Amino acid sequence: MFQSIEELVHVASSSSLPIYEVMIQTEIETTGNSRDQIIEKMSGQLLVMEQAVQRGIHEDIKSRSGLSGGDARLLQRYLENSDTLSGSVLLDAVSKAMATNEVNAAMGTICATPTAGSAGVVPGVLFGLKHKLNPSRDKMIHFLFTAGAFGSVVANNASISGAAGGCQAEVGSATGMAAAAAVEMAGGTPEQSAHAMAMALGNMLGLICDPVAGLVEAPCVKRNAIGASSSLVAADMALAGIKSIIPCDEVIDAMYRVGRMMPPALRETALGGLADTKTGRALKERIFGTDGRSSVIKEK
Amino acid sequence: MKYRSVFDIIGPVMVGPSSSHTAGAAKIGRMARKLLGVMPEHVKITLYGSFAETYRGHGTDVAIIAGLLDFDESNTNLPDSINIARQRGMDIQFIVDKDSQVEQPNTARIHLSAGDQSLELVGVSIGGGKIEITEVNGFPISLSGSNPALLVLHYDKYGAVAEVAGLIAKYEMNISYMEVSRQEKGQLALMVIQTDEEISEGLAAEVSGLPNILNVAVLA
Repeated sequence: MFQSIEELVHVASSSSLPIYEVMIQTEIETTGNSRDQIIEKMSGQLLVMEQAVQRGIHEDIKSRSGLSGGDARLLQRYLENSDTLSGSVLLDAVSKAMATNEVNAAMGTICATPTAGSAGVVPGVLFGLKHKLNPSRDKMIHFLFTAGAFGSVVANNASISGAAGGCQAEVGSATGMAAAAAVEMAGGTPEQSAHAMAMALGNMLGLICDPVAGLVEAPCVKRNAIGASSSLVAADMALAGIKSIIPCDEVIDAMYRVGRMMPPALRETALGGLADTKTGRALKERIFGTDGRSSVIKEK
Repeated sequence: MKYRSVFDIIGPVMVGPSSSHTAGAAKIGRMARKLLGVMPEHVKITLYGSFAETYRGHGTDVAIIAGLLDFDESNTNLPDSINIARQRGMDIQFIVDKDSQVEQPNTARIHLSAGDQSLELVGVSIGGGKIEITEVNGFPISLSGSNPALLVLHYDKYGAVAEVAGLIAKYEMNISYMEVSRQEKGQLALMVIQTDEEISEGLAAEVSGLPNILNVAVLA
């Protein structure tokens, strides 16, 4: 198993293999499962992502708390009817990222990438690029292996837990993973994928985890939305030949160390940031009541 | 390497909203169910750390009960688990402990009983749906979560360990770490076996069919 992004890129470049192929071969080696089994399982993950996206942009999704739901559809409608500022590929990806997180918040079925709270970015970018690049089903599956390869390094060398490292560890990691995979799908090199991830994750450093009322809804849905947009911008920058000054592995290490410096109030405890604003506190009270018993969500 | 498989990152497929507080919690519940071996009648669950602070919004309580019903984290009945459990006669008690200091943020202690059988387990959700088990029936166990593991509750009789090890060899699998602990000589004991390869359902089923074996659970 590759221990760093440098090693992953080196293995891919020196053997002239795409990142996804390195990931598939590593998976065969570590699990003992066959190539067909592994591809089939990833195909299943892709299907779950697609169904969540479709639900989010077509159905009337609302979470139990009422804090999230319906924004993915609003953006789709805006896309159909308006001359948008930031363009249709980007906003389609943003909408599909939100769709996934809205389904997640409503206790629907999603595929965690790498976590449930950050599950929107990777499928958002993937299905957002579908109309632009017209990838085959196989290519879409490859996208997920590449995203997984980059994510594995972050998970093992830093963290993908908001409780441990803040939102930078969740949406930050997802944004980097999606940027790297988007570069590969668009025909970029493994080095360019690494630069895209370094730029995307580098931009997320310090991002705190501050869920209003402790729910995976606000600001989570919108963090995934804007995370997806950052992935595409970072991917385009890397494809243009722009390089990250700080190598990707050092960015990942910096993310880990920033997470360690973060006080617990900013790590998923809902005691700081947007959760601890006047409106954030009022929403918490409305949802759970002053004594901590739920007025909207029924206590079991 | 805590995250060995690409499906630890692109996965699990799960019912929302949180991989650590919902999917991980369901997995901890299901481990306890597997080790008890039957549907629990009485359930006492203590939540610590971030589980205690934010369990309501994440459905941590609902997810653990779903696991105790032997639902996996993608079962769409998960949100309705507490009602289903009550209909099936499960007596449920939750304790929210915000005061005790725990080493890891997302920790749950689960005590189960059914008839004259009982089981106590402590599980930790470490992020992305991955869990660790730190204690079973008072035995502290050092499962890093980095390799697949087989947990086997058995009677402390000669040959029990050898037979399980023999089966693992038959499946051409390599044991990377193993520990055996027991309460008293000749009484209940626990084998914790970590392997390099993934543990199939076939192997788990064969192990549970061996003499002197009570229950078997697989930690992927």
